[in-house]
Amino acid sequence: MKQFAQLIKTLDGTNKTNIKVQALAQYFEEANEPDKVWTIAILSHRRPPRPVNTTLLRTWAAELSKIPTWLFEESYHIVGDLAETIALVVPSSEKGSDKSLTRFLQEMIDLRSKTEDEKKKYLFQHWSELDYYERFVFNKLITGSFRIGVSQKLMTRALSKATGIEEDILAYKLMGNWDPNSISFHDLVLEEKESDYLSKPYPFFLAYAVEGDVSDFGDVSEWSAEHKWDGIRSQVILRNNEIFVWSRGEELVTDKYPEFEAFIGFIPNGTVLDGELLPYPKGEIGTFKDLQTRIGRKNISKSLLEKIPVKLKVYDILEWKGHDIRNKTYLERRHILEDFYSNIIKSNKETIPLLLSERMQFNSWKEVAKERELSREKHSEGLMFKRNDSTYQVGRKKGDWWKWKVDPLTIDAVLTYAMRGHGRRSNLFTDYTFALWDENEEGEKELVTFAKAYSGLTDKEFRQVDAWIKKNTLDRFGPVRSVTPEHVFEIAFEGIAPSKRHKSGVATRFPRILRWRKDKKIEEANSLNDLKALIPIKAKEPLDK
Amino acid sequence: MKNPLLQFTSKGIYCEEANVYLDPWKPVENAIISHGHADHSRWGNKKYITHHKNIPIVQHRLGEVSISGRNWGETFTVNNVKFSFHPAGHIVGSSQIRVEHKGEVWVFTGDYKTEDDGLTTPFELVKCDTFITECTFGLPAFRWRPQQEVFNDINQWWAQNRSEGKTSVLFGYSLGKAQRLLKHLDTSVGKIYTHGAVENMTEVLRPIVDLPPTHLITKETKKSELLGNMVIAPPSAHGSTWIRKMVPYVTGTASGWMAFRGARRRRAIDKGFVLSDHCDWQALLNTIQATGAEKIICTHGYTDIFSKYLMELGYDARTEATQYEGELSEENANEPEKSEAE
Repeated sequence: MKQFAQLIKTLDGTNKTNIKVQALAQYFEEANEPDKVWTIAILSHRRPPRPVNTTLLRTWAAELSKIPTWLFEESYHIVGDLAETIALVVPSSEKGSDKSLTRFLQEMIDLRSKTEDEKKKYLFQHWSELDYYERFVFNKLITGSFRIGVSQKLMTRALSKATGIEEDILAYKLMGNWDPNSISFHDLVLEEKESDYLSKPYPFFLAYAVEGDVSDFGDVSEWSAEHKWDGIRSQVILRNNEIFVWSRGEELVTDKYPEFEAFIGFIPNGTVLDGELLPYPKGEIGTFKDLQTRIGRKNISKSLLEKIPVKLKVYDILEWKGHDIRNKTYLERRHILEDFYSNIIKSNKETIPLLLSERMQFNSWKEVAKERELSREKHSEGLMFKRNDSTYQVGRKKGDWWKWKVDPLTIDAVLTYAMRGHGRRSNLFTDYTFALWDENEEGEKELVTFAKAYSGLTDKEFRQVDAWIKKNTLDRFGPVRSVTPEHVFEIAFEGIAPSKRHKSGVATRFPRILRWRKDKKIEEANSLNDLKALIPIKAKEPLDK
Repeated sequence: MKNPLLQFTSKGIYCEEANVYLDPWKPVENAIISHGHADHSRWGNKKYITHHKNIPIVQHRLGEVSISGRNWGETFTVNNVKFSFHPAGHIVGSSQIRVEHKGEVWVFTGDYKTEDDGLTTPFELVKCDTFITECTFGLPAFRWRPQQEVFNDINQWWAQNRSEGKTSVLFGYSLGKAQRLLKHLDTSVGKIYTHGAVENMTEVLRPIVDLPPTHLITKETKKSELLGNMVIAPPSAHGSTWIRKMVPYVTGTASGWMAFRGARRRRAIDKGFVLSDHCDWQALLNTIQATGAEKIICTHGYTDIFSKYLMELGYDARTEATQYEGELSEENANEPEKSEAE
């Protein structure tokens, strides 16, 4: 545990990715085998189930600290992290523990079935003897979420550095269900298997956003356009009768989307497709919100699979008949893809969750702009342009692929409530609620809240707003403060739909702050009717069931 | 009913009997000043009274003002009200202000810490009936380690950075924290360089306290001479163009707020050292108890939470709104420091 706590302290004590990778790699070289396996498990979100619920944790932490529970709660709101609050508040100790990380985790697994008294005794004993960082790590292991600025990708990179095994291969080895309590480091990581290489994806080619005028792109006939779908950019690999799904974050997500098993037998081995993973509730293209119900889940229930099935909207092909074809032109690749799609897939559309992203050609940039205006209706985020004679390149490159998103919808709203943020924004009021004008039954103007937003301002602006909130608090409701209506912000959002669940009767998608309208008085903010006027006519009926 | 000895008005803490204000935030005739930080010694008062050691600081910040000095414990009377200064241990020249009239004693702390920092005249406990206290860090989540341990960490960090060929840039408030850091840095590791704001304030304090030599960073300072050495700068220098000269460098901040991981992360600082010139939770509680006061007034910091807890402990405690920056002062140190740096 000492070694692991020291590692977390080092990771916590730097802002630089290189130093984090270095520290992790060194840990992977020095730690004992079971601890290494557990570290991989924890950093890839495979923690054991929570042995003690957080209500008990809070109550007991307050008790050991000899403070009232309300005072503990207030402290927690300000610190913004439960494990950290407990570590800070309980009486300090410098003693520490010599038990290994593995031992701790095994104890925590056993703890789950113990009585409440035994749990309390266990916690009090460790809170009282661990030093600050060990205590913090101990609490993190108990409370679960281990978000400390180390992604699975960064961990994989460090493991690659320590073992000399390629990152892609490691990512494959670490996927799926393995039990950190029984698998050895050798079996999990070191043992070389031929199958490891089957899953290898190609690096994604990424587009830059269009700035300025699209007619600067020259002859429109040299370009093709597609709609830009709002899902998860994915690569689907079919080799040796096995399927692998990689997301843009270069994370292997095959297990989360069992639908794609249906490709086996229809799509020939030696095929790699590039496309967008999209949700299709009720057979129609859904929203990103629908997809979110799938993203977070490791175990997918049958009912969820039926409610929100996913499909791949394919737009490119990178490997065909076992050959890397990234150096062929976009049009050549598309012809292969389109032929293959109409020959094999079209007739089996019902059984195979694969759709073709339509390639469009235009006669003028004006026509392109017109098509872009239809994006919201077609559930896309805008358009992509791809140069017909371009190869499939590596990473974000300027020149051949561009994205031209639709402008977000915007509205001017009044700041009415604020809450402290979490993580790097703890103790700072950064989570805001915004309101628009409406008329009540007596015909008086009043502010009605319609959205929450917590991004879009610079750190400096957040500090200014935070300072203002602290001086202009009207009332407190637990962690929430109501503030004097005084500041107007321009709020941008991607979509809008009627909603019965929201007080305002409207739900906005991905609201964020576009800018602080210091030039506007609250009387000049928009009304709820202005907002409702932005709802597409088709969607005027409430979507909520 | 007679007004209380000290009242909280729109201009500051007012003693009607003597017609003087303590640390006023709006211009007044007579101001008694606890210490030199900008939120406590403001511009525009006709007459200032403060401790001798605070005079050069106030003059440096406010220019030539009408100011007179007193010693610790020296009683001076204004209209039958007795005033005296007592060390607050916050920064050099910082005082608590004791006010006595007809046997009733009030103490106003300004800002204070009870740990002896080896630089500032140590905090003196003053018995009183009413204690007006700050509570910047009035939450049980704040618990300071002895400063020697923190300085061991800082010096070790410096030596480590030096061995890796990097310059250490340490951020601290230019009045107070910067000199406390200077005093305890291990000069056997390397040389200490300063940002202009820190250098100016340090020059002001050199006649009063013993500090190691510092080197001001100017346009002529060569990049190579900084390598492996220590640079002390105000928090506002972080992310400025000025700091580019230090490349390759590692950043650290010394502040009580560094107790929170989130506070450190949002500043994009490499290393946070938990070091404060204010009391931690336990020191606040211990001091309040030791003063023997029955009435406690909380002026700035987590006032609502802290006074609520004091009431549960049986004190007659309340909060008064002031314009001392408390919650903001160190947290948003960038803003006030900027003007000082110019």
